Amino acid sequence: MKLDPSLYGDLLVALLPELVLTGWALVLLLFVAWRHRSARDLRIAGWLTLVALVSTAAVVWWLWWNHTEIAGLASMVAADDFRWVADWVFLGAAGLTVLISFAYLEREQLLAPEYYVLLVFGTLGMMIMAAGADLMVIFLGLELMSVAVYVLAGFDRRRARSAEAALKYFLLGAFASGFLLYGIALVYGATGTTNVGLIGVQVGLSQRSVMLLAGLALLIVGFGFKVAAVPFHMWAPDVYDGAPTPVTAFMATGVKAAAFAALFRVLLEGFAGVGVWRDIVWWLAVITMIGGNLFALGQHSLKRMLAYSSVAHAGYLLVAVAAGGTPGTSAFLVYIVAYTLMSVGAFALLAAKGRGGESDVLIDDLAGLSARRPWLAFALAICMLSLLGFPGTAGFIGKWYILIAATNSGQNVLAAILVLTSVVSAGYYLPVIMAMYMKPEPSESAHVDVRLDTWGGAAVAVVVSAILLFGVWPNRLFDLARSAGDSVQPPPAATSTR
Amino acid sequence: MYATWVLTALLAWPLITGAIVMLVPSRMAKHVALVASLIEFGISVPVWWTFIPGTGMQLVADHAWISAWGIRYTVGVDGISLFLVLLTTFLMPLSILGSWSYIMKRENGFYALLLVLTTGMIGVFVALDLFLFYVMWEVMLIPMYFIIGVWGGDNRLYAAIKFFIYTFFGSLLMLVAILVLYLHAGRETGVYSFGYMHLLSHVATLGSIAWWLFGAFFLAFAIKVPLFPLHTWLPDAHVEAPTAGSVILAGILLKMGTYGFLRFALPFFPAVALHQTVQLIIVVLSLIGIIYGGLVAMVQPDFKKLIAYSSVAHLGFVMLGIWALTLQSVQGALLVMINHGISTGALFFLVGMIYERRHSRLIEAYGGIARVVPLFAAILTVVSLSSIALPGTNGFVGEFLVLLGAFRTYPVAATIATTGVIVAAAYLLTALQRVIFNPLTSHENEKLTDLTPRELAVLVPLLVCILWVGVYPKPFLRRMEPSARALIQQVRPGLVQGDAP
Repeated sequence: MKLDPSLYGDLLVALLPELVLTGWALVLLLFVAWRHRSARDLRIAGWLTLVALVSTAAVVWWLWWNHTEIAGLASMVAADDFRWVADWVFLGAAGLTVLISFAYLEREQLLAPEYYVLLVFGTLGMMIMAAGADLMVIFLGLELMSVAVYVLAGFDRRRARSAEAALKYFLLGAFASGFLLYGIALVYGATGTTNVGLIGVQVGLSQRSVMLLAGLALLIVGFGFKVAAVPFHMWAPDVYDGAPTPVTAFMATGVKAAAFAALFRVLLEGFAGVGVWRDIVWWLAVITMIGGNLFALGQHSLKRMLAYSSVAHAGYLLVAVAAGGTPGTSAFLVYIVAYTLMSVGAFALLAAKGRGGESDVLIDDLAGLSARRPWLAFALAICMLSLLGFPGTAGFIGKWYILIAATNSGQNVLAAILVLTSVVSAGYYLPVIMAMYMKPEPSESAHVDVRLDTWGGAAVAVVVSAILLFGVWPNRLFDLARSAGDSVQPPPAATSTR
Repeated sequence: MYATWVLTALLAWPLITGAIVMLVPSRMAKHVALVASLIEFGISVPVWWTFIPGTGMQLVADHAWISAWGIRYTVGVDGISLFLVLLTTFLMPLSILGSWSYIMKRENGFYALLLVLTTGMIGVFVALDLFLFYVMWEVMLIPMYFIIGVWGGDNRLYAAIKFFIYTFFGSLLMLVAILVLYLHAGRETGVYSFGYMHLLSHVATLGSIAWWLFGAFFLAFAIKVPLFPLHTWLPDAHVEAPTAGSVILAGILLKMGTYGFLRFALPFFPAVALHQTVQLIIVVLSLIGIIYGGLVAMVQPDFKKLIAYSSVAHLGFVMLGIWALTLQSVQGALLVMINHGISTGALFFLVGMIYERRHSRLIEAYGGIARVVPLFAAILTVVSLSSIALPGTNGFVGEFLVLLGAFRTYPVAATIATTGVIVAAAYLLTALQRVIFNPLTSHENEKLTDLTPRELAVLVPLLVCILWVGVYPKPFLRRMEPSARALIQQVRPGLVQGDAP
């Protein structure tokens, strides 16, 4: 299906998933204005959210199935496979978050259904970011997402750490937005447009100006904040640690995926003609991988360890950015799918173990879990092995794809650093397994209250089966990722220079 | 018909039965596992006759797997891997039987992991697709990690993580090397495939990057062998592992390193491997392994640690034989690999059995027990002699061939290595004397019971093999010869001389 951006009706079709989700968000908003007292209302709101996410995913599927495209370069939004796959990742991450939130919110007495409204708006922002083919649209999506997530981070308002997390995230996020906006302004000044495709054409034609490079650098800094790349990662451990655990899962997966999706589109479509960003990203990737892994090595708290490990994974994803091209983009999509699965799994299981924000669960507190809760321990072990990148899991397949993309573009050094830092990561993922299986239970009652409700259990079961399935049989995922990776291409004129 | 499915069956059966073992009641676990491993052995035995001595891969099965990258499920055996597969299926039932009364907690998990481990080990030896090889190489890491970490001795956590990180470190660099090979062959031909033959036929044009790739493969395999000075994980892992773990670690896992050299590092990078400096380094490291391993074994108070260091020495012989690259030395190296699996496996079983009775592995805790446990003493003597390489036992045939073959290429090195045999005699005979002869001083040792029928069932098959290979090694050599010859031809064209003795 070919869409003409100058036709009003076609534009509506191009924005259909976002419109559907917006509609649902309004329905939810009305609902919570009317029913927001009991745990039952919360549950209904959760189910409505799931329906909203599933129906949006179906709309996305419909557009994908019909090979929707937009004619011409100058459109504000893109309609390509990259966007659809990214949308599925966001919707999937949000859906899994809802499933693990049901029991969590009731247990922690966070009986406010607005939680789900914010979740939906956050997801909507992510989808707009992935759809944006114009820096302004991307910024709009980023802000929508960020504002929703600032509130979500502080949702456990009775706990000081949650409030601290929200404030920290808000202040640093506002800075990041400022950088991004300033970068956009400079790029506009240099090229006369904010449209990513047109920037690509301009960059290919004209000489590079200092203003353009400064704008590009500020854009990278802004996105670097959002993906928590070292040295812009300072906020991440505290915010991930303080936020309610399901929100952390959502931030670590959805927010990161959205920022990376936008980064890919901006760099590969808009700035393919400026080679210098590759060097910047190269260095960012190196220090993020090394920094993230080394910091994680020193953590005793499970949640903080996962927070730093999420920084390390941002480093692996930056390798995919540095690799660029179709392989790099496909590798990003495969990896982000794998990462979303294993991260949500790990955070869900952490939520089952901890109480009151989970920040005080030490890795050693898991000692002997395998004897008391064999299935939970097994699931967490699979998630850890997948995060480590062990063969047979989706995490390995994702890392393998990134490695192929890196070596394919001649980045052998980056590939070597990736695998060496992966070895370091064994130093903090394995102790989790070691504690669960190889250390004795401290007392009979240590793990009595560790349990997952039906829906949390269902989410974990889905996640673990998907990790194992993609680890052994990733063919479908690859086909999808490859066609999606193909769709992020520099405009024809920009390919000649680098 | 049998030829097309046997390897796949050998890979799939332990996985399936491993899952079943998890589900049965825990008092049944070992019985189910034993039956499963015996059936596995039964499936593999006909391979001995189905295999026709000759070059090229046999019993090949080939299916598409991840088509986006040209990854295929390709398995097959030749004269090099055949014996390692059979050794694996042969040792597994014995290991399960040997753990019968040793493993008291979480039995389901233990036996299931042993079965999964079987899949990983056989997979490494039969994989002809480098992706599959890498996956299998890593897959066997996890069961072993758990076996050491959950059922090991007091210091098991340290030993388990050390074992894991050493191996993981080496193998990940190998992964990058495999990728570079893959992209190189792909760029050259336009065909992207991880197939062994495909990659092998395009390594000639690698240029200077071959040095880096060889380095990566070398590191992965040398850690596994283990070559001095990368051996430090081995004594820890061996001492802490439960008996079955030690047997499998020594018997099969170490062979993966030397197998990797034979199958990948040498044929892929002959120019680098035969470069004088590289040759010198590896031969010297092997010699250090032989002598140093022996000397360190000599001063060990712990019998299990003694055997662990003797493994370092034996594997030094294997490396020397491989790098000497004559027909005799390569065949000898293959035989030492098998013999080491049998003899050292038997030694670990024996130490495990006496440990179960006395709960001490210290040599000084024993003395004069030949009078109390004559059967144990007799078998320990025979096995020790075979490990020393006394003529008439399997050990002699292998080490003799290695030395004979190595004399042609490295006369000096072979002479030095000969002293390693003497060192081996020194440490094992001394230990033997202190354990079973000498006066019986400790009262605790007077009440030891002799081997039970179950323990005899573990040891007798190993004894039979010790004598069989020692007296009549021809069936083994005959099956190895064409593959060994082809390997040498591949690495150093025009150098094949002499027939098997």
